[in-house]
Amino acid sequence: MAAVRDNVFPTRMNLTVTKMRLKGAQTGHSLLKRKSEALTTRFRAIVRKIEEAKLKMGKVLQTASFSLAEVAYIAGDISYQVRESAKRASFTVAAKQENVSGVFLPAFERAGDAQGSGFELTGLGRGGQQIQKARAVYVKAVETLVELASLQTAFVILDEVIKLTNRRVNAIEYVIIPRIENTIAYINSELDEQDREEFYRLKMIQSKKKARAADATGDRAELQAIQDGELHGAGRNLLAEQVDDDIIF
Amino acid sequence: MSTSTLSARCTDALVQEFQFLQQNSAEPISKFLDYITYGYMIDNVILLITGTLHERDTHDLLDKCHPLGFFDTMPALCVATTVQELYNTVMVDSPLAGYFRECLSAEDLNELNIEIIRNTLYKAYLEDFNRYCETLGDPTASVMGEVLKFEADRRTVNITINSFGTELSKEERAKLYPRLGNMYPEAQTKLARVDDMDQVKAVLEQYSEYRMMLAGVNLNASSGGAGGNDLSLEDRFFAREVQLNKESFEQQFHYGVFYSWLRLKEQEIRNIVWIAECISQQQKDKVGNYTAIY
Repeated sequence: MAAVRDNVFPTRMNLTVTKMRLKGAQTGHSLLKRKSEALTTRFRAIVRKIEEAKLKMGKVLQTASFSLAEVAYIAGDISYQVRESAKRASFTVAAKQENVSGVFLPAFERAGDAQGSGFELTGLGRGGQQIQKARAVYVKAVETLVELASLQTAFVILDEVIKLTNRRVNAIEYVIIPRIENTIAYINSELDEQDREEFYRLKMIQSKKKARAADATGDRAELQAIQDGELHGAGRNLLAEQVDDDIIF
Repeated sequence: MSTSTLSARCTDALVQEFQFLQQNSAEPISKFLDYITYGYMIDNVILLITGTLHERDTHDLLDKCHPLGFFDTMPALCVATTVQELYNTVMVDSPLAGYFRECLSAEDLNELNIEIIRNTLYKAYLEDFNRYCETLGDPTASVMGEVLKFEADRRTVNITINSFGTELSKEERAKLYPRLGNMYPEAQTKLARVDDMDQVKAVLEQYSEYRMMLAGVNLNASSGGAGGNDLSLEDRFFAREVQLNKESFEQQFHYGVFYSWLRLKEQEIRNIVWIAECISQQQKDKVGNYTAIY
């Protein structure tokens, strides 16, 4: 893993480019991390809301079915009349989109209040009030269901997106950034190596030039000195020059 | 076991008993029993009309019909595919022909709301039943008179209350009131004009038996007896009906007992279903909110 690096020529330009890439990756990482955090916050809120909505749904559906029982007690079986007099949907749902950190969550909302359900005269002679009440209760129940539905959809989508984002964050953090860093280190080391070679080459040329010049003037001693220096590196041999007194402890 | 099975079985038992009575009866009691079944026939015919209007296969609806209101020629109604045909068939084949002829034309079937048709028919039926009972003489006439009058009053009040806030106009409302009962005609004309619960209450206050019923009733709470601890008007009506029907057992030598017996049986079934419903929905604290018979 540590040895993985991009396959680039170790040039100065590539170093700059790679450094830019590193910077970009870091920015991207921090942005994605923030996004993931924002989404997680949202996700938690939704989970809480779902729990509430589910409990509420249980309660509302219970009252609803109970109010239907009341209707059955007073008005008898009305299901057929109600079904036949239903001409159009009395409850419609509109989907809209909500943008949470770049994720589009669908939100369902009750749209259009179509009162006048067509069976308002059902149970005229008996139990009409109960029927209307049951209707109201059921409308409320459906509203709760719609609310729950949009929460659940958001839950699923957010879950997916959070996973995706986290994967990206981790990929950047543990794969891309190390790789770019490796690349930079590699380019740097290569460049240093080149520098050193270059320096040595220059030194060599210099010494050659000096040797040639000394040769021309016929200064043997100087030539010798230059050749010595060439052999022993650029500097003089300090140990040879300096003679210390013996130190007696 | 679901509560619907329970109620279906109870109804079956009731129907069997009733049919046994019917088969073993001779004039004039057989005619009386026939009259009782007319109410259910109205429901069935209305069901078939609804089916025809919406172009459903009416044969499937036969199962849904109340067995008490089943008459021999009813399957013939299913042959009709258009409303016009249905009307003609109803006129020819059903015992309800008279009511149809009196109140409705073929066009009405198409145009009127099905509930209005049902209530118009029911009104005609109540009036006719009452007339018939009067021909039977006392004590049947007096006993049945009480019960039917109450039934008429109950329908009047219910129609009034339930038509608030609907498209039903006040003239139409007045047309649906049965022309009998304690409140006919004076209070009915008043009720035809009221707009809210308080006015209904004011009108009903004039009648001693209804004033007692109204006492302590929260008219605005539309909840059935099930809803809260205070009983609704509907429950009071049930209680009153039960009481009247029980009273008819006090008398001898009259036919009203048969009617009362059927009504009380029905109430009993409703109670059983209610209790079963409460148990299956785990609302045990509301089990007691039925109309006790004895």
